[in-house]
Amino acid sequence: MTSRRRIRWTALGAGALLAGSLAACGGSSTASGAPTLNWYINPDNGGQQKIAQDCSAQSNGQYSIEVSILPSDAAQQREQLMRRLAGNDTSIDMMSLDPVFVPETSEAGFLAPVPEDLQQKWSDGVVEGAVTGATWKDQLVAAPFWANTQLLWYRKSVAQAAGLDMTKPVTWDQLIQAAKAQKTAIGVQGQRAESMTVWVNAMIASAGGKVIENPDAKGPDIELGLESDAGEAAAKVMQDITAAGVGGPGIDNRDEAATANLFQQGGADFMVNWPFVYAQGKSAADEGTMDQAIFDDYGWTTYPAMAEGKAAAPPLGGIDVGVSAFSEHKDAAFAAVSCIVSEQNQAAYMVSDGNPAALESVYDDPTVQEAYPMYDTIRTSLQAAQPRPQTAYYNEVSQGIADQWQPVSGVSDSTPTSSQKYIGEVLKGEKLL
Amino acid sequence: MSTTETRSTGGVSVTKQVSGKPRMTDKTRAEARLGWYLAGPAFVILVAVTGYPILQALYESLFSFRLTAPADREFIGLKNYGVILSDSLWWKALGNTAMITVVTVAVELVIGFALAMVMHKVLGWLRPIVRTAILIPYAVITVVSAYAWQYAFGLTTGFMNTVLGLGDYDVFAHKWSALAVICLSEIWKTTPFISLLLLAGLAQVPSDMTEAAKVDGATAWERLWKVTLPNMKASIMVALLFRALDAFRIFDNVYIMTNGAAGTETVSSLAYNQTISRLEIGLGSAVSVLLFVCVLAICFVAIKVFKVDLARARGEG
Repeated sequence: MTSRRRIRWTALGAGALLAGSLAACGGSSTASGAPTLNWYINPDNGGQQKIAQDCSAQSNGQYSIEVSILPSDAAQQREQLMRRLAGNDTSIDMMSLDPVFVPETSEAGFLAPVPEDLQQKWSDGVVEGAVTGATWKDQLVAAPFWANTQLLWYRKSVAQAAGLDMTKPVTWDQLIQAAKAQKTAIGVQGQRAESMTVWVNAMIASAGGKVIENPDAKGPDIELGLESDAGEAAAKVMQDITAAGVGGPGIDNRDEAATANLFQQGGADFMVNWPFVYAQGKSAADEGTMDQAIFDDYGWTTYPAMAEGKAAAPPLGGIDVGVSAFSEHKDAAFAAVSCIVSEQNQAAYMVSDGNPAALESVYDDPTVQEAYPMYDTIRTSLQAAQPRPQTAYYNEVSQGIADQWQPVSGVSDSTPTSSQKYIGEVLKGEKLL
Repeated sequence: MSTTETRSTGGVSVTKQVSGKPRMTDKTRAEARLGWYLAGPAFVILVAVTGYPILQALYESLFSFRLTAPADREFIGLKNYGVILSDSLWWKALGNTAMITVVTVAVELVIGFALAMVMHKVLGWLRPIVRTAILIPYAVITVVSAYAWQYAFGLTTGFMNTVLGLGDYDVFAHKWSALAVICLSEIWKTTPFISLLLLAGLAQVPSDMTEAAKVDGATAWERLWKVTLPNMKASIMVALLFRALDAFRIFDNVYIMTNGAAGTETVSSLAYNQTISRLEIGLGSAVSVLLFVCVLAICFVAIKVFKVDLARARGEG
């Protein structure tokens, strides 16, 4: 073979190989014609992968689901999804979305409209907050999969020593006094991150206010409710925590995981956090990295109230599953989502991964009740929970709050006003963030 | 006005310069042409991969454009630049970046020179061991190094608070302590780079000059200041320029350690925040363009004011 012919054959071979590789990348159909659906998920303990396998098996060859894992941080999950979706990426069929990013995704036209019958099916028996979180402009645009909520966690012995009656709702003020008297700390998330918005929003909502008055508005027209009595009450709680010295070490760099570790290690005997801390503590006790006695001392109740006699509006989290507007297999994807969010899968997922179900009926499942003794507290909390601001500009609002309400020791009487002004300017395009 | 005389002698073209610029001979012209043939493709690729994004960023910076609202895209001229330049956050970020650049480059230059001397002087079997040991930090990926420093100084994960007797002081919650750790990690990570460049410069110092100075009775200090350093000027300036440009782009360390909290934003993190987090492509592009202008300014100052001669550093001088 002459060198020229050899080059030609090599080029042809390389071309064929490249074409094959590209076909393999872009193709999402199996040889039998059943589409392979790509589900972008948030990292977990493998529960979503298991559901993908089960649903693939149950589809009778209608589809098979493959999962792709997004970054662990909610904001980074959004960044990756939005960039892909803005590029009309057809490789995404379904995506696990934090409810706070549902409006932005839907408003941008990245979510395929949910058929009427499925809207009904996906919202029947689901806790109200989770339905609200998956709804944008009066339409359910994603399926509520699990619905998280924060609880107040405490060491039973310390609460008892402080004279707190945990069978009744406690207030932030009572907690601060108790922590001060017992020379311990309250685990809160003071990091300049989305977790700060969770905290501020919960306090403002519990005080009867709203972070955003008109969530449907375009950025420049958004009216904020930070400069209000509720905003001042939220700022006062933070000032009181600082004044009493009960923020605990590293409050300004603490996210949910760091708070859970602090509570586990005894650095804080009270904490507001998601229910994953129970599974984490249990696992630590089982593995012997934490005394069983400490785990047995774990107590839980609903989120602290802002004032006595006024019920708290706990933070609402969770995950919704949406179908991409650019998916080439939307019908199969909707069928797959219906399978993913089935009662059976939500129950199994709650037991395996510690993420509370969105369907209320799941809490009556004996296996769930056995795995999560606080199931009733979670259900009660979910019923009272308030979602974070549902707006297509959530990221700006959240980053603005995190920027202005951090560090916790820097929060003053003027913080609600200054943060309202700052976020307003950012939304009008007059300020950097 | 320049005039030249060209005559042919035995088939060889000879150009005699009378005044002004020298005229190229056929040979020089052919060499220049060959140079273009050889470097041309690389030049075209370079323009495509660097020029195109820069022009695209310049264009995008003139719009109000949010990636999740493409229909609302609107031409706003230079308004984005006005917003940025009138925002205190930009000036704070620029100040932080400049401070990190000046501090890290200055410290790295001194430590890097000392390490280069050690690498240059050490002989025998110890030489490869010393050089490898000094170069190890540079082999560590910046994100990995940033996490290592963050864990070391973190209140729950770290040991440095105990070592330094800082108690419960949260290093990353305060601007200056956070910036100090960021600078330290930068210095630890990139000093080997500067010392490598300086080692190359040290190797170029003629040993006969040092020997002559020694014979003339110059002390070690005098030999350093009057022989070694002047002969290394080109290498030092190039090392300074490269490292200053590198330091000005700082992103990874800040992103991992504080993510801009406690007033530690840098220009790069600001650009990231607008473009990637907020998806405000117009505003983010304008920040990136301003970052590019700053980099150009550093190059201009280095080349024109400090007379950095890149050709000499390449050994052409």
